Amino acid sequence: MLALWIVLGIVVILLIFFIATYNGLIGLRNQMRNAWAQIDVQLKRRYDLIPNLIETVRGYMKHERETMEAVTKARNLAQSIASGDVGARSKAEDALSGALSKLLAVVENYPDLKANQNFLALQEELTSTENKISFSRQYYNDSVLGMNNKVQMFPSNVVAAMTNFKLGEFFEVTVTEEREAPKVSFT
Amino acid sequence: MWEQIRANRFRSVVLTMGMGLLLLLIGYALGYFFFENAIIGLIIALIVWGILALIAFYQGDSLLLGLSGARKIKRDDNPRLYNIVEEMKIASGLEKMPDIYIIDDPALNAFATGRDPSKASVAVTSGLLAKLNRDELQGVIGHEIAHIKNRDVLLMAMCAVMLGTIVLLAWYATRVLFFSGMRGGRRSSGGGGGGLIILAVGIFLLILAPILAQIIYFTVSRKREYLADASSALYTRYPEGLASALGKIAASPVQLKSANQATAPMYTINPFREKGRAASNLTSTHPPIQERIRILRAMAGASLADYDKAYREAKGAKAGIAPASALALDKMAGATTLREPSPEAKAEEKAPQKVERARQTSDMMWRFSKYRAVNCPCGTRVRVSPEFKGDSVQCPHCGRKLLL
Repeated sequence: MLALWIVLGIVVILLIFFIATYNGLIGLRNQMRNAWAQIDVQLKRRYDLIPNLIETVRGYMKHERETMEAVTKARNLAQSIASGDVGARSKAEDALSGALSKLLAVVENYPDLKANQNFLALQEELTSTENKISFSRQYYNDSVLGMNNKVQMFPSNVVAAMTNFKLGEFFEVTVTEEREAPKVSFT
Repeated sequence: MWEQIRANRFRSVVLTMGMGLLLLLIGYALGYFFFENAIIGLIIALIVWGILALIAFYQGDSLLLGLSGARKIKRDDNPRLYNIVEEMKIASGLEKMPDIYIIDDPALNAFATGRDPSKASVAVTSGLLAKLNRDELQGVIGHEIAHIKNRDVLLMAMCAVMLGTIVLLAWYATRVLFFSGMRGGRRSSGGGGGGLIILAVGIFLLILAPILAQIIYFTVSRKREYLADASSALYTRYPEGLASALGKIAASPVQLKSANQATAPMYTINPFREKGRAASNLTSTHPPIQERIRILRAMAGASLADYDKAYREAKGAKAGIAPASALALDKMAGATTLREPSPEAKAEEKAPQKVERARQTSDMMWRFSKYRAVNCPCGTRVRVSPEFKGDSVQCPHCGRKLLL
């Protein structure tokens, strides 16, 4: 009789552990998805801002056609694969960040442009959107790490394997030459 | 990596519980002396505390914002501030955008309020908006958002209320005891020497409790400040932003008009700092600013573990700001890389060269007049007139004794 109760007790404890761990995993996965949605919002915002920016600077920057075209091209490419997988997207978005920072760096050579209120407002929006992208990416990666740790570590990995939980994918920043800001002399 | 917040809150809660114990003790003593019934005293203490706590919980934020004369802003009123708050909201993973308030005051300060993360507000002074660049403002807002995210606001409000109750009860009790001391003495004389000892212990407690409560309050408060600094560095990945903002705030001579002792712990820096005195004593709600800057600048990365290391090195202490288990977890997160300063901050770096040149010229002029200069470890340079005959001076900024 006693043995039966002990066995029953162990089963109940295991069940409680299973439910708690499973719910914890679901919570982490939702947090990760929510963080991903945040990145998406900011990336879309950037797609919307870029045509405005190009329109505003076109009149001032007669000699920067290539830089402007590079931005437009990178934007269109990034938008076209916006529903693709995380790896390809992070590459395309990185290229866009690089092209954009190049464009914003040459602005220093156009004093007239820096006096344009419309441009200044756009610049603030773009700077902030860039920041928000990197901050939401930061938070997303932290969430992925939190979930992956749970999925791989004992004992929660048992529950994860039983319920077929998949690892999250990081949104990497690839350090390429494009990401480096071009050197502009102010003399 | 957000687990450490929970783990770290434990210590603050223990301290707060210590404070609650003090409150109960004082209620007990009160009841024992005045009503010959300790339970009545306990009940009175709890009722007073309960009323104050309820007010603080439901009306605290509107009271604080109202007292400081803050006005709420929308996105279009100040897009930059709004954007920065939103950036920090995203970085910290806060669910809801806090309300933003501006206080029209030339002083440099900011505070956060609200009883829980979904009903929070951030307030900054107009002076702060005018003086800080984007990175610095981001650091300060990160600090305030960290207070919201770590739920410091509620903890500190409840702590303040408890402290207030203890001080109130003790003050009242000592008054009554003082004026009716003779009568009380006669009444307890029937009990003989034992009653007298209890009376002495009671008086001792009444005097000591408010002081003890205050020390606990300041300890909790300063711990939260360090943790908020660490979190701000973690969110922004750029501790230099907050460090340089703190430097500017420390250098500003203007004091906040609308602050008072009760609201002091809510601000980024203590609005009542006195010049010429090291504030690293027991009765300060905020850690000394220079020390906070030093710790932030010594950080090798942006993670909490990096802050913890810098903190322990600066303080020479074994205990850091967070338990080791939380830091180990944090280390795996790889939040170690710092980011570049924004273009705006980079452009600003050129200005100090001019200041440096001006300083060199003025140094030369002073030397011509035979003035001596001593550098204080706190960063102040003290110039001494040739007329001065003593062999040491006191630093006007930190109060250290400097040998000539």
